[in-house]
Amino acid sequence: MNDAPVTAPPRAAALALGDDALVLSHRLGEWAGHAPVLEEEVALANIALDLLGQARILLSLVGDEDELAYLREERAFRNLQLVEQPNGDFAQTIARQLYFSTYQLFLYRQLAAGDSAFTGLAAKAVKEVAYHQDHAAHWTLRLGDGTAESHERMARACGALWRYTGEMFEPVEGLEVDWRALEDSWRESVAGVLERATLTLPDGPRSGAWRAGAGRQGLHTEPFGPMLAEMQHLHRSHPGASW
Amino acid sequence: MVTGTGSRPASPAPAAPGDTHPTALETELRALAGAVPDPELPVLTLEELGVLRTVVMSGPGTVRVELTPTYTGCPAIETMSEDIERVLRERGIPDVSVVTVLSPAWSTDDISAEGRRKLAEFGIAPPRPGAADGPVPLSLSIRCPHCGSTDTELLSRFSSTACKALRRCAACREPFDHFKEL
Repeated sequence: MNDAPVTAPPRAAALALGDDALVLSHRLGEWAGHAPVLEEEVALANIALDLLGQARILLSLVGDEDELAYLREERAFRNLQLVEQPNGDFAQTIARQLYFSTYQLFLYRQLAAGDSAFTGLAAKAVKEVAYHQDHAAHWTLRLGDGTAESHERMARACGALWRYTGEMFEPVEGLEVDWRALEDSWRESVAGVLERATLTLPDGPRSGAWRAGAGRQGLHTEPFGPMLAEMQHLHRSHPGASW
Repeated sequence: MVTGTGSRPASPAPAAPGDTHPTALETELRALAGAVPDPELPVLTLEELGVLRTVVMSGPGTVRVELTPTYTGCPAIETMSEDIERVLRERGIPDVSVVTVLSPAWSTDDISAEGRRKLAEFGIAPPRPGAADGPVPLSLSIRCPHCGSTDTELLSRFSSTACKALRRCAACREPFDHFKEL
């Protein structure tokens, strides 16, 4: 029938896209009960839900979604180091959202225009991600062009996460993407938002140049282990648990 | 649940609408499945919401239903599938399979005119038409479903569910949900 994939989905690519969505979804879920205002709590939970929906579909392409999410070790995850970074203050969460949602928007646009195992999902998710990017951009403007304190925190957050952005444009096996064009679109979009927010694009070193590799090779930062332990412990302690 | 992601609109299934006319039984089953209420917005039926794609008898006593989610992570899809299975089994079809398809992606433009009318009546501002992709420019006004004023403001881009935004009417001061364009 017409829901069979055109070709077998490439595993590395499905894990890269799926793990990005899964891990960021979990991080955003950590805001539940802690967000600065109720509306924002609901917004972050809704964005997390969209990402979880993507993750379930992507991981199911290459295996059992629960086994992949709950029973893999840290080194087997292929997500970007950016998405595993702790929530920090609200500015750091927004900076992470701005960098990642802009990346996902342009990446999914390219995938939606192609013809691969990811075309259907990308065409659907790109419309949702446009709202995520809109949300992040508006908060960046509000914080960057807000009080002296909010400006300072937003600038600090954008600078602190900058080092993790280079990895986003390293080619992923099995994804037919023009990575150079993706990086150009991303940089232009992020720089435009930051400029309107009276901030500047950071210019420090980025992870793309790290020879040891990064999240796409299974090398993760220190905060990822504790996050994974919390995410997986219920499933591992009580196999088959459900409600 | 089976989830398809790689389907292309250009290569329809052998039994896709247009190739063959639905039989009287298929028409009846589609009406039954289409009349199932949305679990989160029970004023709307699945037909009015535009998520029911096809209902095809693939063999004697075997029906296949294609359903598309509004949002990728919409948790209501599982309840919808169970409800459809139940009503079609009650009609006497022993083998019901409900599969989820992603392509072509659902859009708020798929909500019927009757569905839009019911949303407004229920207190939810319906989506504006022409949601090609991404947020619709805010210059198009959104009418308050309570008093009808177009003087309304956005409070939050995400409301009680991912598909709605939270707004407030400047005229009657009531907050209300707006079904976002997708």
